[in-house]
Amino acid sequence: MDAASDAELVARCRAGDQAAWEALVDRYSRYVHAIVSRVYHLESHDAEDAFQDVFTRVFERLDTLRDGSALRPWIAQTARNCAVDALRRSGREVPVGEVPDAPDEGLARLDEAMTVHAALDRLSPDCHEILDRFFCRDESYRTIGSELELPAGTIASRIARCLTRLRDALEPGRKQQATTSGEKVEERR
Amino acid sequence: MTPEEQIAELMRELPAPPVGWIEAAKELPTVRRELDTILERIERDERFRELVVADLEATLRAEGVEPTPVVVAHLRRHIAP
Repeated sequence: MDAASDAELVARCRAGDQAAWEALVDRYSRYVHAIVSRVYHLESHDAEDAFQDVFTRVFERLDTLRDGSALRPWIAQTARNCAVDALRRSGREVPVGEVPDAPDEGLARLDEAMTVHAALDRLSPDCHEILDRFFCRDESYRTIGSELELPAGTIASRIARCLTRLRDALEPGRKQQATTSGEKVEERR
Repeated sequence: MTPEEQIAELMRELPAPPVGWIEAAKELPTVRRELDTILERIERDERFRELVVADLEATLRAEGVEPTPVVVAHLRRHIAP
């Protein structure tokens, strides 16, 4: 992951830096995906169209963003607009339960999640990988063990240890405390 | 709920989109120039537009443009009714 700030990424993208654009996509792809598919409940095909529309608009209109550090809220607003456009294009009756009655609430939650992912990016590659596989990709101990060539018996303890590091990264200065996180990660086998 | 469990829940809020979606978005700057040329021609040349709608991949090849999935997907979105 590129450690540059959003403002730096935006400046580099404006200068035509392809690597910066790829880093921007990497940084925000989960966020945009979550907005269109989880907040606005778009189904696969519409979600993909909206997802690509978001990045197309971001790419085409990046010069209009006055403050590069405001990239995240700008992308969020762009994603909301694209999701609403996709709902209209689909022309289908949208069941009441699918209409986001509190998109701001959903977005606030995603913003918290983005903060966690930003901290995840600051961890060691090993910790990043195992936490991403277990929590984000929902892989089993067996799959993780096989892919990373780790004994299955060590995976729970490694996940617990990496979670503690992630917590510390989110709360710098927090004193180490005994945790019970091992109980949680023991649930999936 | 422990802090670690809260963090784990937040991580689950952002699952990764399919790899193909991400790759298509990353290729956007590269394909954009070719797309602009083709889209401009679609706008001003009705016959060309008909050819594109009838057989997008073959028309692109005839124009010397490789119809990669990304190019095709972007163009289909632009010419969709």
